[in-house]
Amino acid sequence: MATDAHSDGSSLAFHPMDQFIIKPLFGDGDFSWYTPTNATLWMALGILAVVALLVLPTSRRALVPTRGQSIAELTYGFVYKMVEDVTGKDGIKYFPYIMTLFMFILTANFLGLLPMAFTTTSHIAVTGVLALAVFLTVTVLGFVLNGSKFLGLFWVSSAPLALRPVLAIIELISYFVRPVSHSVRLGGNMMAGHAVIKVFAGFAQVAVISPIAIAGVVAIYGLEIMVAFIQAYVFTILTCVYLKDALHPAH
Amino acid sequence: MEGDIAAMGQFIGAGLAGIGSGAAAIGVGHVAGNFLAGALRNPSAAAGQTATLFIGIAFAEALGIFSFLVALLLMFAV
Repeated sequence: MATDAHSDGSSLAFHPMDQFIIKPLFGDGDFSWYTPTNATLWMALGILAVVALLVLPTSRRALVPTRGQSIAELTYGFVYKMVEDVTGKDGIKYFPYIMTLFMFILTANFLGLLPMAFTTTSHIAVTGVLALAVFLTVTVLGFVLNGSKFLGLFWVSSAPLALRPVLAIIELISYFVRPVSHSVRLGGNMMAGHAVIKVFAGFAQVAVISPIAIAGVVAIYGLEIMVAFIQAYVFTILTCVYLKDALHPAH
Repeated sequence: MEGDIAAMGQFIGAGLAGIGSGAAAIGVGHVAGNFLAGALRNPSAAAGQTATLFIGIAFAEALGIFSFLVALLLMFAV
C-alpha cells in the first residue's frame, strides 16, 4: 500500500508512510517483476529465520532438549494443538500448510519490528496472496471432499423456510468477503501500527514534547510486539476455522 | 483556493471514516468484557474458549480496519 510518497503539505521531516515504499536493492531506477527489492530481501530473511528457528535446532535431536530445540518444539506443539482444537482430528492432514503460514507471518511481523526493517506483511499485495491462497484451497477442498453438499454451507437448514433464501444471499456475500477481511486485517494492522510509531517519532523533533513522544514510541513498540504475535495467531486460527467449514459444511 | 474543495472533501471524509475505528473499539471492548464476565463465573471453562475470544475480537476488529482502509484510500489513492 501507499507505494507513492506524498511529501507535500506535511510539516514532518519524513512522511510516516515512507517506510512502506518498495525500492530496488541494487541501484535505483525502474524495476520489473524479477528485480530484487527490499520486500524480496525481508521475505528471504523471514524464511532464513524460520530455518534458523525450526530446522537447525531440531536437526540434532537430543532427549534433553537444548534451548533452541525447546523453542521449536513449543512452537510446533502450539500450532498443532490449535489445528486439532479447531478443525478436529481430520484437519491434522493440513497441519503443514497452516504451520508454514503461521511461521512465515510470525517471522515477517517480528522482523518488521527491527529498526530500519521493511515489513512485508504490511503490504496488501503480500497478505492478499496469502489470503487468496487460503480461500482457493478451502473452496476447492470443500468441493472435492463434499461435492455438492458443500453448498449446504449457504443453505441454513435450521432457519425457517421463508428466511432461507435471504440467509443464503447473506452467507454467500460473507463467504466472498472472507479473503478481503482476512488479508486487510493483517495488512491494515501491521501498516497502522508502524505508521503510528513513525508519527510519534516525527513528533520527537519538537523539543517541548519530545520526551513524551519518545515515551510514546516505546509504549507503542511494546504494543506492536503483542500485535505482531496476535495477528499471526488470528490469521492462522481463521484459516483453521475456514478449513473446518470445508471439512464439515453442515451448518 | 478553488481547486481545494475536493481535497477538503477527502480530508473530511477521511476524518469521518475515523469514527469507524472508535465504533470497532466499542465492539472489541464488548467481546473482551463479556468474555471476562463469563470467565470469572466459570474460570475452569475459560481456558478452552480463548480461541473463540480471539476469533470474535478479529471479526469485530475487521470492520474498524475497513474504515481505516477507507480513510487511507481517501488520503492517498483518490
